[in-house]
Amino acid sequence: MQSEQLVKQVDGPGGRLTILNDINLALHAGESLAVLGVSGSGKSTLLGLLAGLDVASSGRVLLDGQDLGRLDEDGRARLRSRRVGFVFQTFQLLPGLTALENVMLPLELAGGADPAGEAEARLRDVGLADRMQHYPGQLSGGEQQRVAIARAFAGGPKILFADEPTGNLDQKTAGQIIELIFRLNRERGTTLILVTHDPEIARHCDRTVTLAGGEIVES
Amino acid sequence: MTPRPFRLALTSLKRDWRSGELGLIAVAVVIAVTSLTSVGFFTDRIRKATERQATELLAADLVLESHSPIPDSLRRRARVDGLETTATLHFNSVVVHGDALQMAEAKAVEAGYPERGRLRTAPELFGRESATGDIPQPGTAWAAPRLLQSLGIHVGDRIGLGKIQLTVTRVLTYEPDRGGDLFNIAPRLLLNLADVPATGLILPGSRIRYSLLLAGSAAKIAAFRREFEQESHDNIRIEGIRDARPELKRALDRSEQFLGLAALVSIALAGLAVAMAAQRYARRHFDHCAIMRCLGAEQALITRIYVYQLCLLALASSLAGCGLGYLAQQGLAALAAGMAGGPLPPPSLTPLASGVIAGLVTVLGFALPQLWRLRHVSPLRVLRRELTPVPAGGAVTVALAVVALALLTPWQSGHTGLTAWVFAGILATLVLLALGARLLIRTINSLRFRTGGALRFGLANIARRAGLSTAQILGIGLGAMVMLLLTLVRTDLLDTWRGRLPPDAPNYFLINIQPSQVDALRDFLHQRAGVGTVLHPMVRGRLTDINGKAVDPDSYEGRARHLAARDFNLSWARTLQADNRIVAGKWWDGGDNGATRFSVEQGIADTLHLKLGDTLTFTVAGRKVSGRIANLRFVDWDSFNVNFFVIANPGTLEGFPTTYISSFHLSESQKPLLTDLIRRFPSVTVIDVDAILTQVRHIMDQVTRAIEFVFGFTALAGIVVLIAALQTTHDERSREAAVLSALGASRRQILGGLSAEFACLGLLTGILAAFAATAVEALLSHYVFRMDVTVDPLVWLIAPLVCTAVIVAAGLLGTRSVLRTPPLTVLRRI
Repeated sequence: MQSEQLVKQVDGPGGRLTILNDINLALHAGESLAVLGVSGSGKSTLLGLLAGLDVASSGRVLLDGQDLGRLDEDGRARLRSRRVGFVFQTFQLLPGLTALENVMLPLELAGGADPAGEAEARLRDVGLADRMQHYPGQLSGGEQQRVAIARAFAGGPKILFADEPTGNLDQKTAGQIIELIFRLNRERGTTLILVTHDPEIARHCDRTVTLAGGEIVES
Repeated sequence: MTPRPFRLALTSLKRDWRSGELGLIAVAVVIAVTSLTSVGFFTDRIRKATERQATELLAADLVLESHSPIPDSLRRRARVDGLETTATLHFNSVVVHGDALQMAEAKAVEAGYPERGRLRTAPELFGRESATGDIPQPGTAWAAPRLLQSLGIHVGDRIGLGKIQLTVTRVLTYEPDRGGDLFNIAPRLLLNLADVPATGLILPGSRIRYSLLLAGSAAKIAAFRREFEQESHDNIRIEGIRDARPELKRALDRSEQFLGLAALVSIALAGLAVAMAAQRYARRHFDHCAIMRCLGAEQALITRIYVYQLCLLALASSLAGCGLGYLAQQGLAALAAGMAGGPLPPPSLTPLASGVIAGLVTVLGFALPQLWRLRHVSPLRVLRRELTPVPAGGAVTVALAVVALALLTPWQSGHTGLTAWVFAGILATLVLLALGARLLIRTINSLRFRTGGALRFGLANIARRAGLSTAQILGIGLGAMVMLLLTLVRTDLLDTWRGRLPPDAPNYFLINIQPSQVDALRDFLHQRAGVGTVLHPMVRGRLTDINGKAVDPDSYEGRARHLAARDFNLSWARTLQADNRIVAGKWWDGGDNGATRFSVEQGIADTLHLKLGDTLTFTVAGRKVSGRIANLRFVDWDSFNVNFFVIANPGTLEGFPTTYISSFHLSESQKPLLTDLIRRFPSVTVIDVDAILTQVRHIMDQVTRAIEFVFGFTALAGIVVLIAALQTTHDERSREAAVLSALGASRRQILGGLSAEFACLGLLTGILAAFAATAVEALLSHYVFRMDVTVDPLVWLIAPLVCTAVIVAAGLLGTRSVLRTPPLTVLRRI
């Protein structure tokens, strides 16, 4: 995973606004990186660009050797489907789907052979064997995030993006979730990019970069 | 491995169905398809029944006719082919009783006649008739009432026909293949074929019509006809059911068209509900799609999943609609029992296919533009929730809806004009309602600063959501307009229609009244029956020249040829009859200086290509009468009053041999008067149209009920539109209520605000619906029903009141769960 001179600008009512400026990063397979910063520092925008959810104004992102800027929207979607997993602060589970169905979704999208079987295995990995048929609304915040983690690891992604994964959880649950993410990450050799404002959590990663005003101020 | 969109769509459909998000779309489709298929099944059955009836009008499935005997070989072949056969023979002859003579149309029949339909007879003149499977025995005859009247005889009397004497044993009241004109043909005498040789009337050169009636299965009949038509039979004419009674077919086509249009209106409303429900469905699936996009779903996959999902939903709902449509048409058929003259044949399965196609087209046409937006959901929405795809383009949405509706009008072939008018009407109503809604919203927005409290909050909400409010007003307004048409206006229209045939509509005609009998007859009817009748003079004349050019019947086609070849019943009048209306030119005012002027009925003028100012020449009793056409008249032929195709101004036809004609109403208990009337005025002929009148009234009642039944679906579709329209802003309103509640607003305050909003919405909708209903009704009555109808002014009071009450009630009912739930739960859920 590599970013070169990454810039993101948007046109607002007060003129052009630079959200990210000259971001250069390189991350090897299996490595973990924490992106630290306060609210509004550009962390989530950076994650969106690195994951191919958004397009940079200039510069480029290479993911598993592929230049995301050269792919169209569908090309990036295909890449995400095969190589990328996500964990979000707000869990982003679909409320109408059971825990099992939520985990099955990326496997079904990728046309997996046995989505149900694999989804069950992933849910067992995160300790939710007895919660498979529950809907998100029937689960606690910690359990919902576990489902999200199971979904992120379903299909065996090469790289995992986690956006403030503990932002909505109490301290104790947050600790368990972080422990779970890092355990699975180690077991599967996944590359991890974790966005957080908490230096404690950042310490679990191999490397840390700190963003302020859209620029890397410390790495 | 590639994703399997169909399987994903199926899973997604199951999930969405479970969460209740697709219910409204499904209900709307079920209603639309039920409406369409019930009409489809019903008209299919009516069409089959009409064909069967048409066979009765021939008294067979196929008839061979000739002026020379039909070869026995043909009859033998028909029998070999498995067809039933029976022969009949027609000739005109004078029937004698004592000194009385009367020309009669004799028909000789053999056992088996009629092959289709049944004869009806009565034991005495004006007696109770009943159906029979018999024919007259040799040596006997059955006579039509007019023959008995003109000869002054009764059942049991003997009459002479050629060289033989026959005993009249029954009064013949109905024969299925009679046809023709009640007033212009000689009365019927039915006798046994075995008696014909003895009459001595079958001589070389006699004008005799031989018929062979054939009956059998459709396939055998078709095969026989094919074979017959391949051979050369110059002097034998063949007539099948498709050649019979085109006017009946036209009438049924028209009712089919109206029922079809009624179904189309429910489809349009259901489509509106589908579009609104789909809009909400799409909005609620933005997050879903963003996550799927984030997890790697391509745009094409998203589109395919939702299109397949829609198709599956449409298919399932359509099949349910077809089932319900089948059940509903049973009800429709029960309501219309007797309309087709007997039990209806079972329907074919063709409407099933059109029902399924209609369901698919409705869903795709109305929901697709909304769901198409889902492919444009950005995956970045998982991080920035405010990212929403651009709304579906208005023009594309309307265009697709119009295309969908156009595809759903298979009955439009041949009636493109009417269908186009309906579309134009729907579109114009939508545009006017939208403009009206915008104007009213702007007006109330300016008023809001003069109000306070809940009302201000409600008004502000409507103005802030101007787009959604307009859509709601449009949806509910269109639904309400249809409902108004159904309840208030429909009653006006149907009552006016039925009012054309009041309970005292004439049920008897008197013809052959001599000028010397006019006063005495008028007095008789006045004193004995208490009826005041108008006696119209009648002179018979043939149209010989138009604008100085001789009329050649052979230069005309069909009905025009028939009219040109026969005598007209001409009359004269000083004033215009109440049920006539001048459509061109002017009625005469006496300033014609003795010149002859004619007033011509609009329909016949069209048929014979006559224009205002043309000069017509009639030959009356060997003398020519010429005059210009002074005006064209619209005649309401349904009224059963005496009417004439051509009327002359006074002073023109007086002096020619004249008889008088009249019509009047007699109640059942007054019928015995007729016997006295005939005794007192033996030369006057009574024609009983009571049976026809009853039949026409019966059909009117049944058509009315069928239309009400079909419009019931339109009403249901209107309710679905109301629910769908209220749901479009439900989420937003719930969120606002939760926020207000969190900020400390009391339940009462929130309810007040919501009530004010719903009330304003209802009031605006009601006003617009009343306006639209009045306009549509005026157009319908003028252009379609051609009647003067005054709309009940109560519409303007009832529509706003009912709309306000219903929308407040339905709106609060829909939001009540929000008020009972803790605000945080609501905010988390949405």
